[in-house]
Amino acid sequence: MFPAKFAYASPQSLQEALGLLADPDAKILAGGHSLLPLMKLRLAQPKLLVDIGRIPGLSYVRREDGVLAIGAMTTYRQIQMSPEVHQAAPVLADAAHEVGDPQVRAKGTLAGALAHADPAGDLPAVALALGGAIRAVGSGGERDIDLDGFFVDMLTTSLQEREIIREVRLKIQPTGAGAAYQKFDQPASHYALTGVCAVITLQNGSIASARIGVTGVGPKAYRPTAVEQALVGTRAEEEAVKAAVQTVADGIDVQGDIHASPEYRAHLARVFTRRAVLEAAQRAS
Amino acid sequence: MAQAQTREPGLHSVTVTVNGTRYSRDVEPRQLLVYFIREQLGLTGTHVGCDTSQCGSCTILVDGIAVKSCTILAVQADGAEIKTIEGYAEPNGKLHPIQQAFWEEHGLQCGFCTPGMVIAIDQLLRDNPTPTEGEVRRGLDGNLCRCTGYQNIVKSALSAGRKLRGEEPFEKPDVAMSEPATAGAH
Repeated sequence: MFPAKFAYASPQSLQEALGLLADPDAKILAGGHSLLPLMKLRLAQPKLLVDIGRIPGLSYVRREDGVLAIGAMTTYRQIQMSPEVHQAAPVLADAAHEVGDPQVRAKGTLAGALAHADPAGDLPAVALALGGAIRAVGSGGERDIDLDGFFVDMLTTSLQEREIIREVRLKIQPTGAGAAYQKFDQPASHYALTGVCAVITLQNGSIASARIGVTGVGPKAYRPTAVEQALVGTRAEEEAVKAAVQTVADGIDVQGDIHASPEYRAHLARVFTRRAVLEAAQRAS
Repeated sequence: MAQAQTREPGLHSVTVTVNGTRYSRDVEPRQLLVYFIREQLGLTGTHVGCDTSQCGSCTILVDGIAVKSCTILAVQADGAEIKTIEGYAEPNGKLHPIQQAFWEEHGLQCGFCTPGMVIAIDQLLRDNPTPTEGEVRRGLDGNLCRCTGYQNIVKSALSAGRKLRGEEPFEKPDVAMSEPATAGAH
């Protein structure tokens, strides 16, 4: 399978890349493991690929004040192997391990996955549960987009046409918090039929705070804020948590396909939210 | 590096080192790395199975890391150091310990997935020289085999690990092979 014809450019700086994006039919190429499969199926036919893979200095994980700063070209493999990630947000390393397979993880990037906004991608759920921002650079300069407003719809984010993600900025797990990513995957593709990330803090055996990200269920990853609120004050025990997460798919346009009906996905969302919350609570101190 | 600086949809020059030999070829931007290696460089040990980054038959090392060459553009690999299955056995035909383990443990039937399996196992054993059976199975998540049921591939990976750690001789003494363990003898 070959993609349709396109022109290729490999700029040396983000400024040069932004200039190339003046072409409305241009697409950014990072790891290419979401974009190239779409191009091979001719579901995407950009006229110009702007390969940001040769821009120096975009591949890093740094721990800054309360934040993990992850460069645009940082792969899942680098995230899995990063001591900073294991220290500051181990759930991110766990979830990165759930993406695709080892070879895919060696090329695919976190920033690319977030920009692609696949409704069944793993990392959007984790990004939402940790919270943070996308640092994007455009012709007007740089801005931070809060992750809570980043995912707009299926395969759609609030990135503007001529903006490039420079860095993903995720909050580190709060002191004493426990976090877990629980996923029910489609066994051939490893995409999430449902994936839930929970970040939980406890006080005297009850949940003091909960942040939850859900993927694979609706057209985009989301935070079930009513469930987050219902969990606060709940004992971190099976029955209590089960009751608190019942509304996790309420108000969501739950997707159905050959792998799972909307009813089944909503059921999976409730089951996996409960499991993620309980596992996170177990890891909290 | 970065010769591909044109906006024209024409050809780009790509220079790579494959198994120690340097090659330069002109390619269309849409040329996939696996076809570049097979058709433009004539190295057909790298296979195309699914062509959708699932089966792992096209696995090669790019700058020392196992990747699926059906989902990489040749232009992205410009300047890279590549190793394919042809680079594993020694020039005299002596097999790489992973290949030797496949030979001894009957880790292949039709052999189509084997180049990708060998290279995925190479990566796996460099990341984790002492994997458990479970870690081998998870580590081969990106490689499909339609013949063996994986059992002997997993055995091969574990045996290769022992050989590379020096816990098992290169040639397993209880396997009396009638044919010499060499590649390319025919």
